[in-house]
Amino acid sequence: MTEPVLLVEDLGVVLPAGADRAHAVQGISLSIAAGKTLCVVGESGSGKSVMATTVMGLLPRELRPTQGSIRLKGESLLTASAQRLRSLRGQAMGMVFQEPMTALNPVMSCGDQIEELLKTHTDWSAAQRRTEILRVLARVKLPDPERMVRSYPHQLSGGQRQRIVIAMAVILKPALLICDEPTTALDVTTQKEVLGLINELQSEQGMAVLFITHDMGVVAEIADEVLVMNQGLAVEYGACDAVLKRPQMDYTRMLLASVPGMTPPPARAACDGSALLRGDKVQKTYSSRDWIGRSRQTHALQGATLAVHAGETVGVVGESGSGKSTLARCLIRLIAPSAGQVHWGDAEVAQLLEGRLRPLRSQVQVVFQDPNRSLNPRRRVGDSIIEGAVNFGATLEDARRLAVDLMDKVRLPREGLLRYPSQFSGGQRQRLAIARALACKPRVLVADEAVSALDVSVQAQIMQLLRDIQRELGLGLLFITHDLRVAAQLCDRVIVMHQGEIVEQGPTARLYAQPEHDYTRRLLAAAPGAIA
Amino acid sequence: MALHTRLWRNSAFRFGVLVLAVLLALALTAPLLGTVDPSAMDSAHINTAAGERGEFALLDGNSVAHRFWMGTDNFGRDIYSRVLYGTRTSLLVASFTAVVAVAIGALLGMLAGYFRAVDAVLMRVMDGLMAIPAILLAIALVAALGATLWTVVVAIAIPEIPRVTRLVRSLVLTLREEPFVEAARALATPTPVILWRHVLPNAMAPLIVQGTFIAASAVLTEAILSFLGLGLPADVPTWGNIMAEGRVQFTQYPSNVLFPALFLVPTVLAINLLGDGLRDVLDPKFAKRAA
Repeated sequence: MTEPVLLVEDLGVVLPAGADRAHAVQGISLSIAAGKTLCVVGESGSGKSVMATTVMGLLPRELRPTQGSIRLKGESLLTASAQRLRSLRGQAMGMVFQEPMTALNPVMSCGDQIEELLKTHTDWSAAQRRTEILRVLARVKLPDPERMVRSYPHQLSGGQRQRIVIAMAVILKPALLICDEPTTALDVTTQKEVLGLINELQSEQGMAVLFITHDMGVVAEIADEVLVMNQGLAVEYGACDAVLKRPQMDYTRMLLASVPGMTPPPARAACDGSALLRGDKVQKTYSSRDWIGRSRQTHALQGATLAVHAGETVGVVGESGSGKSTLARCLIRLIAPSAGQVHWGDAEVAQLLEGRLRPLRSQVQVVFQDPNRSLNPRRRVGDSIIEGAVNFGATLEDARRLAVDLMDKVRLPREGLLRYPSQFSGGQRQRLAIARALACKPRVLVADEAVSALDVSVQAQIMQLLRDIQRELGLGLLFITHDLRVAAQLCDRVIVMHQGEIVEQGPTARLYAQPEHDYTRRLLAAAPGAIA
Repeated sequence: MALHTRLWRNSAFRFGVLVLAVLLALALTAPLLGTVDPSAMDSAHINTAAGERGEFALLDGNSVAHRFWMGTDNFGRDIYSRVLYGTRTSLLVASFTAVVAVAIGALLGMLAGYFRAVDAVLMRVMDGLMAIPAILLAIALVAALGATLWTVVVAIAIPEIPRVTRLVRSLVLTLREEPFVEAARALATPTPVILWRHVLPNAMAPLIVQGTFIAASAVLTEAILSFLGLGLPADVPTWGNIMAEGRVQFTQYPSNVLFPALFLVPTVLAINLLGDGLRDVLDPKFAKRAA
């Protein structure tokens, strides 16, 4: 057996006093051989990123590793000098981060950024550097490398930026590639390409890959070995197949069970009757003028027609820029559509002024994506929840009683009404946002990526909550998501959007089994691997 | 950690609060601290040196034993009393100016940030105001309105308003896109309530910080106006007009300028430090550095 590229033994990192636990990570041991991929998987706060930054030697000053050892090809990293670490980074360890926009310097061209790395670590001539940069850019399959060298990060798409970051990470052929959630910010089709690319580069250069992710689907796709972490401790460590198919620990089992599958559950009885929320050829065009006054039009949404009935869940899926959020915002009239009609029950509201709209607003309510920003941080959650009810004429006393009922309904303690949003976790805040929406007794709930920012176990709970509430109140639910797996589990019908247009819609089971449109097929094929 | 503990741990904030607390105590208890009527003139004590003792003739004809801690000016008025009473004026002007500028600026800023139509017109007016040097504008306003406490406050506040408006507008432009503001719109909350309940509280921290800096510059501007003879009339003692009156004989009797300055400088410094401390603690961008 050859020596592993990375060997971590009994690593412990202490958190500063006053944190929610004593150790960021404790007693973590792992090893990766050349050409192998180890996936570290865990929910937020599991310590997986701290572990990766410790390996890179980039821990913030408040955190210090207190025990254990990290060896890269036999060389101890914890005792290495800052200077030695600096030269190892880039040369022996490459790094890819989650957000390619912040990983790149926005005021430096991509070529210059790669060149800077080469200047630091090599004594190559200018010509040699340039050939090497063009070679690596072509290797990461960026179109037109000559142009890419001159481009600035903001001129590239998210996927292209991530390829630049990967190019920087692998250009010096490091022995170890550390990827911290490299595809989390990307669309599924782009994610698939990037994962494929990392895989190819790995087999080409024989790198060991340490891959941090929260997504079990990604794990199934790329991992040779898996380390499951929770609360800073290793839960389970073993070969990918063994961990995913025969998990030994309860936590791993729970995590795997929470991952939504791609197979839709049996269809519920179809809903008919009149639609509660209906969009008819809804269109949104943004026009801007450039400096000589020529107008440029952007069609964010073109002729979208859909209806949501009582007791029915309609999913809208699409990648970023597909217009799904614009559609949602038109339907709840946060923005006015440029053309088309929007019906709330019997009322046509597409062009109503805010004053005329207000009395009708109780019918359609919304839950947003980001649990950190969907509640006013300066108000007690009780006040936030009763706001809608009071606006629609409830007395303060009735509204308070309603808020208590709603806290029971979303399964949060009643005392929570007096607290501020910062005292709740992300999942709990999402429950509060649902309670706030329900307080004005809506008939339709629009959920705009409402579970996308949550850990899988919490995601599963919120989806269950939405199902229960829908059954109890007979709500119509319009569920906007980029995640096909979530849509499969929750929705009766699914609408697929691409570049501002609805390309396909139909009952979930039919659409997933026999997609008709080419784009739907691509989207389904790109969804990260099911755990068979 | 609770907010007040975090604030108290900040040494700049602590220093600012302590100095201002002392000044406030001096201003409030001025009559009890061995002062005489700050406008009373005693022709027997003209340009007395600091620290001398004597009998001070009051306006009603009686006289009291008095120690001239800071000497007297060329009208025979007690500088110590004038400086202490001047503290009242300075603190009043500072706090009123900050409140007026922040209140009006916040209101205009919220209107400009939230309503597109208002924005274009209002911000051009503000740009125009900002093109005029603050002190010139204040001089013109005092000249036009006459000098009372309120007109001085207004004259100092108006040039500050565009800066506050800009700050609040930029905050509102980001806050109006926040999901909790959009959720409030979906809940049919009327726009003024949204501004008051959801937007303003979340813009408060930078506003308070800006308010302290306005207060500091108001102390200075008031002194400058008085020094130029455009501030409050001479019967209201302010640090500015004490210095202005002492200016002509500064070389012979420096105490007329020195003592008010010894109050003015720490006051401005303390308010600025207070503002720095508040900013370090309240603004997330500076929170890390302060930790």
